[in-house]
Amino acid sequence: MNLDALRARLAYQTVLLGSVVLLTSAALALASRATEADIEAAAMRDLRQSLAQVLPGQYDNDLLTDTLRLAVDEGPTVYRARRAGRVEAVVFQTVARGYAGSIVCIMGVSRDGQLLGVRVLSHKETPGLGDKIEAAKDTWIHAFEGKSLASPAADKWAVKKDGGAFDQFAGATITPRAVVRAVKDGLELFARERSRMLGEMEEGKT
Amino acid sequence: MSYARIAKDGLWDNNVVFSQMLALCPLLAVTGSATNGLGMGLATTAVLLASNTLISAVRHLVSAEVRIPVYIVLIATLVTLVDMGLNAWAHELYKVLGLFIALIVVNCAILGRAESFASKSPVLHAAADGLMMGLGFTFALVVIGGVREIIGAGTLFANAHLLLGQGFAFLELTVIPEYRGYLLMILPPGGFLAVGFLLAGKRMLDRRLAARQAAAALSLAPSP
Repeated sequence: MNLDALRARLAYQTVLLGSVVLLTSAALALASRATEADIEAAAMRDLRQSLAQVLPGQYDNDLLTDTLRLAVDEGPTVYRARRAGRVEAVVFQTVARGYAGSIVCIMGVSRDGQLLGVRVLSHKETPGLGDKIEAAKDTWIHAFEGKSLASPAADKWAVKKDGGAFDQFAGATITPRAVVRAVKDGLELFARERSRMLGEMEEGKT
Repeated sequence: MSYARIAKDGLWDNNVVFSQMLALCPLLAVTGSATNGLGMGLATTAVLLASNTLISAVRHLVSAEVRIPVYIVLIATLVTLVDMGLNAWAHELYKVLGLFIALIVVNCAILGRAESFASKSPVLHAAADGLMMGLGFTFALVVIGGVREIIGAGTLFANAHLLLGQGFAFLELTVIPEYRGYLLMILPPGGFLAVGFLLAGKRMLDRRLAARQAAAALSLAPSP
């Protein structure tokens, strides 16, 4: 029987469709197995890179394994950077509500409450306007370095348009306003939870 | 069908965007800047080349009745494979292109080429068609992205080094210095405006070319 006659038969079509799906599923499963480890390694590398960006200096522990959750189901994961066993700085996420969805930021705070760095991990802000919060596109995000809740004063933690100390962008105020707010929230969280984040609760109270 | 014909069809005469009016959904989504357009275009070209080749290779085995599901499964698998492969082994590129790769699945131009060309043509022709259609799509994306970026932000190919590497930083131009920007063109309505005016422009150009060709043919014809 030739191929043309075969192609018209219902059984052939069923088997064909079935085999195509089977083959492609097998290909996907194989590819998934082959790439899984590399993808995970790449994600870890990314995380390590972004942690390093907001944590200048050398620390002697592996941040990715030295973590803490403030609450069981909510609250950010806190990565702790130690030198000789003492927590010198912590890194955690803070989420801003931007113009077009969540802006996920990561911030590094030293044990005395000073900002070591802030980076935006993901956002959906307007390209060309709100995306100046990315370190790759503008230097704006570096303005947070060295700041703390005491400097500038609490009422200056706002964009200049609102009488604060931080620049806004031409044509985009909502995005920087949201980021400033989220970073301030993060610092306040640190101030509230300082002893737990630094792991001094166990030693101090018990 | 000659390769020159395939190339001309893909790049101009039968351009995915400007003639077939396909793939407008991913087009409008990513053309806020010329760089993004280029990224989406190149990723789509790679998938189009691979899908056309594969579908042409199995065209004798596939019955007409079940061809659409077979093509869709093959295309979706290809896109997923590209997605996983890039994520694992070209992670830096993936961070820039990742967004676009997921959008390729919804690109009806790929199924369109599978159905109207690859399923009826020999493998090499289908591959050439995939490449040329992809390049034509890239061309359209870069032009629309460029127009929107120049009017919207006053720059061209901003942040191209993130996509292509530091060697291409020279592409980044500030077309209008001290420009305050025109947000509308970067937001979705700007995409519709740019596509509309560019379509009208292409029609005008084509009509003028046709008129000139007709005039040339007339003057060449022997006078009675």
